[in-house]
Parts: sequence; C-alpha cells; structure tokens
Amino acid sequence: MASNGIRDRVAIVGMGCTPFGEHWDKSAGDLLVDAATEAYASAQVQPDAVDAYWLGTMGRNSGLTLSEPLKLQYKPVTHVENYCATGSEALRNACYAVASGAYDLVMAIGVEKLKDSGYSGLVGQDPPGDGTESTLTAPATFSLLAPAYAKKYGLDEDTLKDVISRIAFKNHANGAKNPKAQFRKQVPLEAIKASPKVAGMLGIMDCSGVSDGSAAAIVCRAEDAHKYNDHPIYVKALSFVAGPAEGNLRQDYDFTTFPEVAASAADAYKQAGVENPRDEVSMAEVHDCFTPTELVLMEDLGFSPRGQAWKDVLEGRFELGGPQPVNPDGGLKSFGHPIGASGLRMMYEMWLQLRGQAGERQIAHPQLGLTHNLGGEPGRCVSFVSLVGN
Amino acid sequence: MPGIERYGTYVPYYRLRRAALGGGKGERAVASYDEDAPSMAVEAAREALRGAGGVDALLFATTSPAYAEKLDAATIHAALNLPAAVTALDVGGSTRAGLTSLLAGLDLASAGRRTLVAASDVVVGAPEGPRERTGGDGAAAFVLGSEDAAIARLVGRASLTSEVLDVWRTPEMPFARQWEERFGQEVLAPLLQAAATEALTRAGLQPGDLQTLVVDCTNARAARALPRALGVKPEQVADDLADRVGRTGVAHAGLLLARALDAASPGDRIGVVVGADGADAAIFEVTDRIAQGRPARSVDRWIESKRDDLAYASYLKWRGTLPFEPPRRPDPARPAAPPMHRAEHWKYAFAGTRCTKCEAANLPPQRVCVACGAIDQMTEESFADATCRIATYTIDRLAYSLQPPVIVAVADFDRGGRFRCELTDVDAEHVAIGDELEMTFRRLFTAEGVHNYFWKARPRR
Repeated sequence: MASNGIRDRVAIVGMGCTPFGEHWDKSAGDLLVDAATEAYASAQVQPDAVDAYWLGTMGRNSGLTLSEPLKLQYKPVTHVENYCATGSEALRNACYAVASGAYDLVMAIGVEKLKDSGYSGLVGQDPPGDGTESTLTAPATFSLLAPAYAKKYGLDEDTLKDVISRIAFKNHANGAKNPKAQFRKQVPLEAIKASPKVAGMLGIMDCSGVSDGSAAAIVCRAEDAHKYNDHPIYVKALSFVAGPAEGNLRQDYDFTTFPEVAASAADAYKQAGVENPRDEVSMAEVHDCFTPTELVLMEDLGFSPRGQAWKDVLEGRFELGGPQPVNPDGGLKSFGHPIGASGLRMMYEMWLQLRGQAGERQIAHPQLGLTHNLGGEPGRCVSFVSLVGN
Repeated sequence: MPGIERYGTYVPYYRLRRAALGGGKGERAVASYDEDAPSMAVEAAREALRGAGGVDALLFATTSPAYAEKLDAATIHAALNLPAAVTALDVGGSTRAGLTSLLAGLDLASAGRRTLVAASDVVVGAPEGPRERTGGDGAAAFVLGSEDAAIARLVGRASLTSEVLDVWRTPEMPFARQWEERFGQEVLAPLLQAAATEALTRAGLQPGDLQTLVVDCTNARAARALPRALGVKPEQVADDLADRVGRTGVAHAGLLLARALDAASPGDRIGVVVGADGADAAIFEVTDRIAQGRPARSVDRWIESKRDDLAYASYLKWRGTLPFEPPRRPDPARPAAPPMHRAEHWKYAFAGTRCTKCEAANLPPQRVCVACGAIDQMTEESFADATCRIATYTIDRLAYSLQPPVIVAVADFDRGGRFRCELTDVDAEHVAIGDELEMTFRRLFTAEGVHNYFWKARPRR
C-alpha cells in the first residue's frame, strides 16, 4: 500500500461525547451542540478558535446540519459519509487538513439520530435503482461469517456459539462500567446464548443496538498541542480502504475474513512502525456490529493468528483485565451504532484510556491504541484503522 | 397443416388443501406470493423453448394480467431474452383465450411465422366462494410451427362466438361473478357440442377416433355433459385435475393438452374443446416426432413437486385479499424506469458477462473483469438456465417476507460466477451447503403500481 502517513504530526487536544441511547428529547442538532460544547471545553477554546469542521453523518446532505445549530460564523464545514466508517472518515480528513497546514485548529464531529425513524435497524437512502439490489438485512449478511469460520477451522456449532456469546458477554460487562453507554448492565452468558434467533446462528444478543449519539474531536498540528492541552494524544496512523466488492462475485471468497480490514491494518501498522500488533497494540476499539465480526477482526487486525482467535476469546485475551483488551468501553454492543458518531466514540475511549481517565475501566499503562470501523458487509466493505498513542 | 413443435407447462409449488378452505376434497395449486401470470408464463415458456429454434411472435393469454396498461408480453419477451424483432401481444378477456390464442398461433405458423403462445392465470375467487375453491394457478406454453417439425398436427378446428353473460368482472372488481349455473349449462353445452362436432367433421373423424378428449368450460356441468353428448366413452376423457391442481383459467385447456401429449403415442388424436363466450375446438394428431418434442418436466412431475401445508390466511395475504400488519421497515422503493431499462438483460434475462481475456464469469455484468481487471472486454451470457450450488447460506428472520423466513444463498455457478440471491419455493429445514439450485423468474414486490421482476433461485423441482 502506498501511503506516507502522518505519524506524530497531528494531535487530538480535546474531545466530547454525549451519552448514547434513545434521546427522545434531543434532535441531531441538540446532540451536536452537546458534543461540540464538551469538546471546546476539553481543549479550552472558544468556538471561534476552530477554523474548520468535518461532519460525519448519514444522508443529511450538507454542512448546514452543523453550522445551523452551532451558529458557526461562516466557517468551512465538510460533510463526509462513508457507510459505518463515517465518523472515522470525518476525523481522518480533519487530521489531513491540519497536517497540510491549510488550517491550524479543526473539529471532527459525528452524529446520528437513528431512533427518530420509527423503524427497526438502519434505514438507508439509496439512489433510484433497477430493483435487483439485495435486500438482505445487516445481521443476515454478517451471519454468513459464522458457519464459514466454523467449517474452515473445524469448530462445531456449539463451540462457535460459545465463542461469539463470550464476545457479547465481554462487551456488555465493559459497557456496564461506562456511564455513557446505552446498555449499562451485565448480561448473563446463558441469556445471551438463549436470545431469540435473528439470522443464521445469530441471536438478538449477537447484534449491536440502535441508538442516538454524537462525539467530537478537536485536532491541531503536534507542535501546537500543548497550547491547548497538557495531555494531548498523538495520531500514529490513519488508514482507509474501499474494497473492490468482489466477495459476492468470486467463488474463492470464503467469508472468513475481511480483506479490506487486513489491507487497512497492514497500511496503518506500516505508517506507525508496528511490526507485531499482537504485542505492540495495548488496546483496541473495533467494529463489533455483530459478534462474529469481532471474532474475524481479531485475525484480520493481526491480534490472533489465522484460525486462532476463537481460542484467544475463550482464554480471555481480549477482556478488560486480559493482555490485549478489545472494546474496553463496551463497543457497539453497549453503545449502539449511531453511524456518524461511532468512530469518534471509539476515539473518545482511547482519549480517556491514554490520559488515565477511564475510571473503573482504566487499562494499566496503555501505550498504543487502535480504532477500527467497518462499513458494508462481508465481501463488500470499507475499512478504517487508526493508531493513537502518547 | 401447421402443428405444435414443442410445449412446456408450469404448476406452482404450493397447494391449498380444500379442507383448509372449509371443505371439499383434494387441493388446488397456488402461485407463490412472488409469482403472477407473466412470471408463471415465463416458467412454462422456458420449458417449451429449451431446444427449440427461434420464434417470430409471442402471444400471451391471461385473465389475470399484471398490468391493465403496459404489455405483459414485453416482460415475458425480455425474460426469455427474445430478439427485439419478435412480435409480442397480450390476449385476454375470457378463459377461452388460451385455446383461441393457440389457434391464432397456428394461423401465424401457417403464414410462416413460428409462434410461441403462453397462457397463464392466477385464479382468485371471493373468499369461501366456488371460484376460490375450484380454481387453480398454472401456465402452459406451445411453440407452433410447420407440419414437418410438428409433434402434433392440427387436423380440424372450429370456433363459435356467442354473447353470453356467464362469467364477468369489470377492471374494478376484485372477484369475478357468475350467473346461475343452470343458465350457463343450457346455453354453453350446445355451443361446445357444435364446435366439437364441426372440428371432428373437418378432420374427417368420429368422436370414437379420439384417444383423448380435453374439455374445459366456465360451466362445469356443460363440460361434463359434452362427452355424453358426443358419445365419447369416459376412458377417452382427460382427467380435469380438479383434485390436484384446480381449474387454471386460461391455461387449463393447454395444461390438459400438454398432459395428454406427455402420454401420447404417434397416431393418437387429441380433441380440445373450450367453452366461454362461445366455444373453440381443435383436433390434433400426434406425429412420430413426439418423443423428441417433450419438455424436460412433465405435468405430473410439476404436480408431484409440491408443498401442501399452506395456511388459508397466508393464501389470502398472498393474493392481497387480507390486510395485515406491515413490518417496521420502510416500504421497498419503486424501481426506476431508466436504471431498469439500462439493466434490461440482467434484470429480466439474468444475463451476466464473461471476460474474453480470462474467461471469468461476472454476475451482475461488469465492465471491469472481477478476475483479471480487463476493461470492456466482455461478452454477454445468460445464466438463467445454468445450474448453481449453495456455497453458503443464511436464514434471515428479520427481513420482511410474505413467506418468512427469508433464505439467502451465495450461489456458485457450475460454469463459473457467483451470485447471492434469495431462495424461493424452499423449506428452511431442508437447505444445505452443496444443494443444487435453478434460477426462477419472480415478481419480487410491487411499489407504487410498478411490479419489480427479478430472479431468485430454488431447489431443483
């Protein structure tokens, strides 16, 4: 992959994140004001000090979605959208803007108001089509991973169900310790296993929730970071790839990997000089939209050797007290997935952990954190990977 | 004299037991929620055209058109991937239109125009009424051509038209009405007899010369009376499939004729007589080419391939008779005319592309080859008749369907290419990786009055 990276050239100097959940009393604009206000305070700046904005949100069309509620005074606001990686995409482009020197201080902010539609699950706005497009639901597309993984690595169905249930159990246990999570209760393993079937072997407890939320980050060039914050965090790598969407066209794709994730991870590790992610990455926030996704991601991100992630899950490697905690904040599983906000919510946990502010979720001496977003479905997706550290 | 060169039929997968309808014996065939008259006609026509040469014209007969205005025959034409120069015409108005179209197709064949006639009906009756109980859904198709290539030659015919108010339905009426049965019997029986007698006379035959007599009429008593009136013995009369399929409207005479051809020997004579708004009669003589002209699937094979536990409430929902709770999801978007037109060969004929550089199959059609990256080096190739196998699948209990759960398979084609598609006519408990599938043309949904047709896969029937 040909990308030069901007290792240690950009810092995050302030962040904000609303509680995620069913905000019947707040509009998207209200959530944006909440997240931005918290971010301004965190970086100790007045709104007018921020030169430009990148807004990640789905189907809202323009920068006015942000400038109108915040009453921004004639600032550039770029609206970005890249499936479920939308929030991360806002951050990536904001970082490049300060790295280029075009602006000194910018904000990446994401929001989604999923609960206003009245529908279950995500609702997209597709352009006029020929009527041949697939109408498979998201859990169904990701459910294709489970039997394929079990078959390839010789697991029986009960063992695999155990493994994916453990992932849901872990993420809910972490979310129970997070005041900003949508679901803040431990869920018994047996209740997870017995939840009603949604698609394939996935039960309702294998799926992330539907919620509203917003999160924001203020970034500047590394040399300016201490002007705003005594403890900034530094961007080590940003990688984004859009795949050729061949998985449903080629017979050699076997539904046990996201090639897009493997490619973006390799790119990010190269940018950051990471040679052994299993040992060097202290913690990660990954896109656990459905439990088998997190299982496969552990291998695509290089945290587990191929075919071994299921053993690492059962051995507790990715638990909060384990050697490589994954989704310490509770993940999509506990937060739901307001599209534009999720990537920045993941970064918010890195911000707290690297600064020692994660309370009872605090991981001991984290050095390098990874965030990961995936948008689309197995065989046809986009992937984002970032690395951040002190 | 022209004749029938090829034929094909279709009986849908589902059966509704008459016990579930409140009484009566046997069962009726039911088009699935994703089928309609044009889609079933495509199934029958694909059977008829397999191994046949090209045709010059397509006549589509139905009393249950998908569109009141817009050519259903054009949909069928597209699904069969027929050349643009093939004439396409819809015929309807009466269940006799199936046999009338067959005769018209034979006339076109006499004029040197090889003609495909497809007759198909979804027969809907008012709940708990006789039409719902006795009706059935199905399709039949015939390729009509020259005497030389015929498996059955037309040797006699007659047509009578009479203004009779027996069965009627305005475009606004959901269900047809019928005048009292005694009237229809008294008026239609003589017309049937007159047409049959005239056709036999023109053929130079006696009723006793017929191996099989097919009779279909809107009035069941008139149909039953014909053999006796002609002096035809009960063993000469074709089973009307009332107990296993039901009366399939405009397709019924064709379906029964096809079933007779399934079992016929060279030299057999088959009479077909249909009554409604008059009567048509045709006498065919089976040729020694019959063994080569039969379709891969007989009528009985279709009948035996079935699922017979359909609930009455499901049936009523499928036909739009019974309102029901919608899913908490947006309604499907109406497909748009320009994208549908651009994708005509993909959407209707399931035509993908094959790379001329590396031979890789590309489904849906691609400009850049999925395997070698060559740009614009493609040739078109239809995969409608290609077999495929389940590489993996899932059961989607969240997706909305009138026959839940939705089962989606990643299907790998034997001659290359992969396509992820919905399965239909399938039982969730009997799906396995490696299962063989065949493609089937379906109406996925209707939005804002636009029918959305595309292909699904089903276990081989």
